[in-house]
Amino acid sequence: MKEIVHDTENRQMTINMGPQHPSTHGVLRLELDIDGEIVINVRPNIGYLHRCFEKHAEKMDDYSKIVPYTDRMDYVSAMNQEHGYVLAVERMLEIEVPERVEYIRVIMAEMQRVASHLLGIGTFGLDLGAFTPFLYLFTEREKILDIFERTSGARLLYNYFAIGGLIKDVHPDFKKDTAEFVKTFRPKIKELNDLLSTNRIFVQRTANVGVLPAKVALNYGASGPVLRGSGVKWDLRKNDPYSIYDRFDFDIPVGQGEMGTLGDCWDRYNVRVLELEQSLRIIEQALEDMPDEGDVTEAVPKRIRPKEGELYARTETPRGELGYYIISDKSGSPYRVKARAPSFVHLGILPAISKGALIADMVAIVGSIDIVLGEADR
Amino acid sequence: MKQPEEIFEYLKNEFGEDQLSFESGDIGQPWILVPAALIRNVSKFLRDDSELRFNTLMCLSGVHYEKEEELGVAYHLHSTELKHTIALKVRVPIDEPNVPSVESIWKTADWHEREAWDLLGVKFDEHPNLKRILLPDDWEGHPLRKDYVQQEFYQGITTGE
Repeated sequence: MKEIVHDTENRQMTINMGPQHPSTHGVLRLELDIDGEIVINVRPNIGYLHRCFEKHAEKMDDYSKIVPYTDRMDYVSAMNQEHGYVLAVERMLEIEVPERVEYIRVIMAEMQRVASHLLGIGTFGLDLGAFTPFLYLFTEREKILDIFERTSGARLLYNYFAIGGLIKDVHPDFKKDTAEFVKTFRPKIKELNDLLSTNRIFVQRTANVGVLPAKVALNYGASGPVLRGSGVKWDLRKNDPYSIYDRFDFDIPVGQGEMGTLGDCWDRYNVRVLELEQSLRIIEQALEDMPDEGDVTEAVPKRIRPKEGELYARTETPRGELGYYIISDKSGSPYRVKARAPSFVHLGILPAISKGALIADMVAIVGSIDIVLGEADR
Repeated sequence: MKQPEEIFEYLKNEFGEDQLSFESGDIGQPWILVPAALIRNVSKFLRDDSELRFNTLMCLSGVHYEKEEELGVAYHLHSTELKHTIALKVRVPIDEPNVPSVESIWKTADWHEREAWDLLGVKFDEHPNLKRILLPDDWEGHPLRKDYVQQEFYQGITTGE
């Protein structure tokens, strides 16, 4: 029989968190090197949800057939994914889309941002033991999904944006429903702050945990709320405006280190909460200025054949910078499509911010970067 | 803020007339073609020079150029301070696909280079941990190559339909 030797000097141990773990938001496996409760090192392992998006895209015989695939990357903010892709292809084709389409797209994208942040914030609270806010937030998210469903027919994966326009016009009560949602939702943000943001237990679990300094964030290519949580004022809607975002008046909330250190989990969380209000502001302005008449399918090209060339187009999704690098070789299908997903980049930051944390804090750190594995694995 | 043409001129002064070339397609964005041996020096210069300050690597993508029998790597950089962007490209022959890693310059490159290795088989020299990231460690071949043929069995399970 083999003799078991107890190594009392080396207390280090490696354990797996995931791939089946309630707080990994999908199938993510973290290899943790631990010494007691302290995390010494973490190695994220991804790929469990890899569906060969890029290979599929190359094999499609039409650029427009790729849109439903983009839905399935970040499946909780599908509108934003579609927006990034159609903008990239429209830039390659050098076509202008009608005013009304731009406005509907912006409203949809911002509604989706609210829905996605509600999910992100809700599950973040849930991971840390706060069950009630999750239910309140999901009730609100449901109202947005209802509006999306009435327009596109789907609740999560819409296939609603078309290259050059939209698949069809919005439903007749769209303006009324959306305005009603904005009105009823605004007071709920205050409720959320009372219930969760300033909750003592929640603050103690998130403040001073997983601190990401701005310099590290930039070097790791962080974007979206993760970067802004570290105090960097960078939002592609303002800094590299696309669509019609330059027409709206809104602020970019950044982390201030109010509850602890600048760039901690609470700051990243709070940036998302503050962004809810900014999205509502954009929706209100867009609803006001949106032209009532116009054919949303008039600029949709019959044949999509971009000239030879390549571009990298980026948009601001709820999670950060989503980039599409597309190479066209004049044929009907792209030569290469690469999606640069914010979740993929942010997962790479995990080892840098979790050394020395407690195992229980890993849950807070993973929740605070708000990942969607569908997007990381593609 | 500099335009890509200005950045190219600026780099040419630093690295010599015949090393770099400025290319573009009929549409889209132009890029600067950099010899593989120079990519790390050029990257470091782009990051540290006070007039360029490209502090972030947005995206790193591998490409297979089937006709030319080459692999390419495209680097998309931007500067949050000076708000300009630039694309660089490296092309290497497919039977010797070695590109120096830029992981030590921008940490974003760590995972992106692993992905380019995994899906296209670009070998990044001096990368600290160059192993597959999306596919299992014992997978065969690099799927995003144009001539890729999927293995028939993976651990005794058929992979076809």
